[in-house]
Formats: sequence, C-alpha cells, structure tokens
Amino acid sequence: MFTMLNLVQPKELEEAYQILSEKRNNTILGGCAFLKMGKKRITTGIDLSNLKLNYIQERDGFIEIGAMTSLRDIEINPLLKDNYNGVLAQSVRDIIGVQFRNGVTVGASVYSKYGFSDLITALLSLDTEVELFKAGRMPLEEFLAQPKGKDILVRLWIRKTSCQAVYMSFRNSASDYSVLNVAVSKLNDQWRIAVGARPSKAALAVSASEMLVGEIPSSERIEAAVQKVTEELSFGTNTRGTSVYRKALCKALVRRGILEVMACKSN
Amino acid sequence: MQIELTVNDKVVQWEVGNHEFLADTLRSHGYLSVKKACDTSCCGLCTVWIDGKSMLSCSILSLRAHGKKVTTIEGLPKEAEEFAQILSAEGAEQCGFCSPGFIMSVLAMKNELVNPTEEEIIHYLTGNLCRCTGYMGQLRAIKTYLGVA
Ligand SMILES: Cc1cc2nc3c(=O)[nH]c(=O)nc-3n(C[C@H](O)[C@H](O)[C@H](O)COP(=O)(O)OP(=O)(O)OC[C@H]3O[C@@H](n4cnc5c(N)ncnc54)[C@H](O)[C@@H]3O)c2cc1C
Ligand code: FES
Ligand code: FES
Repeated sequence: MFTMLNLVQPKELEEAYQILSEKRNNTILGGCAFLKMGKKRITTGIDLSNLKLNYIQERDGFIEIGAMTSLRDIEINPLLKDNYNGVLAQSVRDIIGVQFRNGVTVGASVYSKYGFSDLITALLSLDTEVELFKAGRMPLEEFLAQPKGKDILVRLWIRKTSCQAVYMSFRNSASDYSVLNVAVSKLNDQWRIAVGARPSKAALAVSASEMLVGEIPSSERIEAAVQKVTEELSFGTNTRGTSVYRKALCKALVRRGILEVMACKSN
Repeated sequence: MQIELTVNDKVVQWEVGNHEFLADTLRSHGYLSVKKACDTSCCGLCTVWIDGKSMLSCSILSLRAHGKKVTTIEGLPKEAEEFAQILSAEGAEQCGFCSPGFIMSVLAMKNELVNPTEEEIIHYLTGNLCRCTGYMGQLRAIKTYLGVA
C-alpha cells in the first residue's frame, strides 16, 4: 500500500503541473487502483477530481475524452457505442468488473503505457492523439515511443471517422490480463492492425497493414498480412504464455479481426 | 482531513487520513457489512454505492467520498432481505462472507439493466468472486429475483 504525506486538489492544471514538478515523489492520483498495489511513498498526491476532466464529448471533428473519465463510462457512453463499431467499449468490458471500471481512469490507463493494456490497443487502431499538459498534443504512437517523463495526460482526441473497427482479446480466465489482444480497423482502403500484451506494449503492424491497402483483399493477401504481423512485431514470454503461443494466437486473432472488419457495415 | 458525507441517509463528519481507503473508514465507524478479501481490487466484496454507482470501497480514497452519498447494505434492508431470501432458498449461500458486496452489485444491476440476458448478468457480476460456491445457485436466484428465469 502506498503512503501519502499531503494531498492537494488543484483547481487549475497549471497548479497541478507545478506541484508535480516540485518533488520527485509528488504523484498524480487517478483512480488509485494501480497505485494501491505498489508501495510508493508519495510526498504530495495530486487529485485531479476538481479539474472537470470527467467527460466524453464531440468537438471539432473529434471525440474528446477527459483524463478522469472512468473505463465504465467508456463502456456505456452512447457516443462511443455509436462510433468505430463500439471498439473502445468492447476493449474495456472484460477488465475486472463493473465496480472496478467505475473507479479506474482513462488518463492513468494511457499514461502508464501498460503492456497488457486493452484500451491502448483499441485506441491505436483509431486515429488517436494524446494531449499532455507540458508536451502538448501528439499522436498516440509518438507518445508510446517516448521515454517515460513527468507530465499530466489531460485528454484524448480521437478523430471522428466512419471507420470499421473490431477488438479481440484472449484471456486464460475471465477478468485476468489479456494473453494477447488485437484491434483492427479500416477506413476507406486504409487498414490499421494493432497488437498488445505481447506482453510488451501495443504497437501497430505497419507493413502488414499496408499489405491490405487497395481492393478488397483476397484470402492469399490476408494470409500474407497475417504472417507479416508476426514477423514485424516482437513477441515475448511471461507466466501467461510463451512467445510461440502468442505468435500462434496473434495469427488467429488478426485473421478473425480482418475478416470481421470486412463483414462490418459502415457506421 | 475532515470529510462530510451522507452514509445511508445520515450526514456524518469524519476525520480521515490522507491515504485511508473508504472500506477501512466505513468499518471503523461500524459499517461492518463491508468486507475485504483481496489486495488487488478484484474480489468485489467491498462493493458499496457512491452516488448510486457501485464502486470498490477498498480502492477509493476516503477523501474522495467528501460531499458524496454512500450506500452500504445496511441502508437497503428491505431490498437486501428480499433478495437474500431468494438466495438462501436456492442454497446459493455458504459462508456468506461475499454476500454483502455481491448483493450490492445485484441491486445496482437491477437499477441499471432492463431484463438482462444470462450473458449480461454474468458479465455484470464478473467482479464479484465467491470462494465457496459454483455461482450456479446465485445465477438461478438472480433470474428469479429479476423475473427473467
Ligand atoms: C488488479 C488489476 C487488474 C487490471 N487488469 C487490467 C486489464 O486486464 N486490462 C487493462 O487494460 N488494464 C487492467 N488494469 C489497469 C487498469 O485498467 C487501470 O489502467 C489502472 O488501474 C490505472 O488506473 P487508475 O485510475 O487506477 O490509476 P492510478 O493507480 O491512480 O495511477 C496509475 C499511475 O498513473 C499515474 N497517473 C494517473 N492519472 C494520470 C494522468 N492524468 N496523467 C499522468 N499520470 C497519471 C499515476 O501517478 C500512477 O503512476 C488492471 C489494474 C489492476 C489494479
Ligand atoms: S477488497 Fe477485494 S476488491 Fe475490494
Ligand atoms: S459463500 Fe463463501 S465466499 Fe461466497
């Protein structure tokens, strides 16, 4: 369990960031579920609850999601159900249980870049940008590639498109972490294939996605792309599965994902 | 820090520590229905409602309950008894340690889902673990309770 000497509830992001930068052990508090499993000695905990960052809304051609939005809101929000074939709702629905998802936050889930993350994989299949207080707005891929720094994730921006998308994960048992997860999307003739829990953090299979561009892919082209995903991404071993097993799962899930996207109606 | 909140329709002012969690605060004030059975936010035994939403009281800082309405099973005696009767008639309760949190989730589900399917019921209750039973009795009891059997 963590300890916390002081707690602040700033009313301005500027103030939150300033306190975060003051001391190494000053820490942003999301829903605290992950922090709770560690033993961090926090000097000042910074609670973002008073910054009105709990919302999902449409703005300027994007769907905007505030950092303090819960994963349960992602799951049941009508805007997210009606867009991207509900891929974001689908990605979070198997994380522990309803009560848990009511408490944990989007900001922490993305900022922490967990390898096992279900949400990041789904977000990667969409045109997602993260907005950090200090570093500003950037594509999710760029954020994931950066070394971990000290900043505040303020909100996500997901371009509103009529893409078709699906999310699939494989779990050894209900509510466990994914052994592997996959999200596939298609906008016009552009594809995005994201694979997470390899067990390292999610990444796009760029070359494989490019192999699907153009006319409706034949089964040979799909098989070639499926094979390519396992060649261009790395797969590792942990207690949930070996790299060989993950590669085999990846092929099955990516193939299913592509076929399902092809069968999806545009929304 | 002092917080003011409503627990089961009673306004209370409590002194809480910075890293104190709500389950501990509630228990220390006599709300002993609230149980804890894990350190990893995955058993659901500590489920209470905060402003009507089911949440894990073991994982919510007590400070965050300031200004909120907290409901424990002590605050829902009628509904809890009605469901508990059906639950025990189905033989679905053994040691009973998981029951308060489980019943809070079932009652939240009743408020949120209309005529849920078996798959929806199971999905809604995945976050409530029970060590003793095989969940089938609970499922029968819920279906009877919701009138979807
Ligand atoms: C037992 C357990 C099982 C889980 N299983 C899964 C799973 O299967 N799939 C999955 O995808 N996820 C899973 N998760 C992760 C979960 O979904 C959340 O992502 C995680 O708990 C973090 O959210 P939180 O709100 O609890 O963050 P906290 O614990 O409050 O914070 C986590 C970290 O993020 C930092 N932080 C919080 N908010 C911000 C912000 N806005 N900007 C910058 N930094 C911030 C904190 O300082 C801290 O370092 C699991 C978590 C637990 C505890
Ligand atoms: S005590 Fe297990 S989830 Fe709260
Ligand atoms: S009846 Fe014993 S834990 Fe559920």
